[in-house]
Amino acid sequence: MSGPQLAAPWPRSLRAQLRVELLLLLRQPENLLVMLVLPVLLLALFAGARIFPAGAGRPAEFLIPGVITVAIMSTGMVTLGISTAYQRYYRVLKRLGGSPLPRFVLVAAKAGAVLLVEVGQVALLLVIGRLFFGWSGEVLGAIPLMLLGSVCFAGLGLTLAGALRAELTLGGANGLYLLFLVVGGVVLPIDHLPGWLQPVAMALPPALLSSSLRAALGSTAVAGSTLILLAVWTVVLAGAASLLFRWE
Amino acid sequence: MTPTSAVTLRGVTKSYGPRRGVLDLDLEVAEGELLAVLGPNGAGKTTTVEIMEGYRRPDRGTVRVLGLDPVRDRRRCVPQLGIMLQEGGVYPSLSVGEAVRLFAAYFANPVPQGELLEMVGLSDRVRSRYRTLSGGEQQRLSLALALVGRPRLLFLDEPTAGMDPRARLVTWEAVREQRRRGVTVLLTTHSMEEAERLADRVAIIDQGRLVALDTPAALIGAGGGGVVELETVEALTPEGQAKLSALASVERAQEVAPARYLLRTASPPQALVEVAALLRDEGPQVLRLKVGGGSLEEVFLKLTGDTH
Repeated sequence: MSGPQLAAPWPRSLRAQLRVELLLLLRQPENLLVMLVLPVLLLALFAGARIFPAGAGRPAEFLIPGVITVAIMSTGMVTLGISTAYQRYYRVLKRLGGSPLPRFVLVAAKAGAVLLVEVGQVALLLVIGRLFFGWSGEVLGAIPLMLLGSVCFAGLGLTLAGALRAELTLGGANGLYLLFLVVGGVVLPIDHLPGWLQPVAMALPPALLSSSLRAALGSTAVAGSTLILLAVWTVVLAGAASLLFRWE
Repeated sequence: MTPTSAVTLRGVTKSYGPRRGVLDLDLEVAEGELLAVLGPNGAGKTTTVEIMEGYRRPDRGTVRVLGLDPVRDRRRCVPQLGIMLQEGGVYPSLSVGEAVRLFAAYFANPVPQGELLEMVGLSDRVRSRYRTLSGGEQQRLSLALALVGRPRLLFLDEPTAGMDPRARLVTWEAVREQRRRGVTVLLTTHSMEEAERLADRVAIIDQGRLVALDTPAALIGAGGGGVVELETVEALTPEGQAKLSALASVERAQEVAPARYLLRTASPPQALVEVAALLRDEGPQVLRLKVGGGSLEEVFLKLTGDTH
C-alpha cells in the first residue's frame, strides 16, 4: 500500500465531469431533437405562418426571442431535469455521493454543460434568423436575461427531478414543455389565447422570459414588473431544486 | 478496540419501520481482513454496509471507519474507500473506457486503465456502452470503479449476484488479489460458497442482529449434525415442498438453490427414510440425499431459522 489515498485536485475532476456531462447531453438522439431540431423547426415553420398581423414587423422579430426561450426550456427543464432524474434512478448520483467528487464540482459541471449547449443553441438560432429570416437585433444586452432564464428553467427541471420519480419527471417535464409552447408567447402571441388565460400565461416563466427577451433584443426597455416576477420565479425554483435534491 | 481495526461498529441501531434495519450491532473488521456478511434478504446486510460507507447515519451507536466518522469526516474518509453498490451506479450511455477515465479523474493516484480492466476481465469491452454489457459485466465494471482509487477499504454489496460461473471466478480472483495486497474487504453475499471461499471471517446477520461471527471453519465445526441435504432432478412443486416440511421428522425445509433443499431435523436417519419414501411416491427423482450439508449453509440455516 502506498501513501494516503487522496482526492484529485478539483479542477481535474471538474474538467472530466464537465466533459462527461456534455457528452451525455449531446449523445442521446432525443436530446438533440428537443434541444436543436425542435427550436429551429419552430422558427422555420412559424416564420411563414399567417398568424402575425401585417405591418407588425418581421415574424422573426417575434419568433427569435420565442425560440430562444424554447431552446432554454429544452435544455434546462426537459433535458437536464429528465437526465438528472434518471441518473438518480440508475443510482449514478448515489455512487457519485460515495466518491471523492465534491458536490459543488458536480453542480458546476452540470451547469457548465447546460450553458455550453445553450450558447450553441442561441448562436445557431441567431445565425439562421439572420441568414434566412432577415432578423437583426441587440444580442449583448439580452445575455443577462438568458442567464436568468437558464437558471429559472434548470431550477424547474431539477425541482421536478427532485420531487418526482424518473418516469413522472419524464412525463411532467414533457407535459409542461408542450403547455409552455402554447401559453409561453413563444411562437403564438399571448393575445391569441382566450381572454381568461392571458393574465395567467403572462405570469408564468416562459412568457416572462420570451417577452423580456423580445424587448431586450429589440433594444427597448424591459418592463420592471416582468423582470421582477421572473427573478422571483428563479429564486423560488432554484431554491426548491436545492431543497428537494436527493442523491438516491 | 485494537489500533489495527479498519471498521468498528458499537451499539449501532438504525430502523426503518418495524422489521427493517439493524439493532444494537457490534462489529469489528481488522485491517487487511476479508469479512463476509451473510444473511437472508432483508436481514440488514445492505443497511450495515451503507452505515459503514457513510450513506446512512445510525439512530444510535458509534461508527469508526479507518479511524474516522464516515459521515462527518466524509471528505477525508471517502477517497480511501472503494464502493460497489448492489446494482447500477454508472451512467448507462458511457462506455467502459469513459466510465473508468471519469472515475480515475476523481483520485490523485488512480490505477492505470489497462491494468484495472485486466484485473476484472473487461479489457476487450473498453468501447462498449454500459447499457450493452451483460449483468455480470456491469457488475465487474462497477468493481473496477471501486478499485480505481486504490482503496484501503473495499465495500462489495453482493458483488457476484446474477453472474455466470466464469464471471464469478474472475471476480473472486480480483477480490483475492485485493486481499493479498492488504486491502480490507467487506462483502455481503447470499452465497455460502462465496463466503467459504473468500472470507477470513463470516458475520451472519438475521433480522438486523448479529447472530454469529467467526471463521468459516469454526462456524462449520460448531454447526454439527441435524441437517439433511436433498437434491432432486427437478424442483419440487409448492405442494411437494409443503409435504416435505410437513414430514414428522422435519422441523423445517428450505430451498437453498433450485432443486436443492436443506432440512432441519432432530433425527437425521428418520428424516432420510421419510424423505425417500415421500419422493418415491410423489417424485421428483432424488439426485442426492445425505446427512449434513457439510458447509456454512447448515450453520446459516440453523442460525437464521425463525425468519419464515
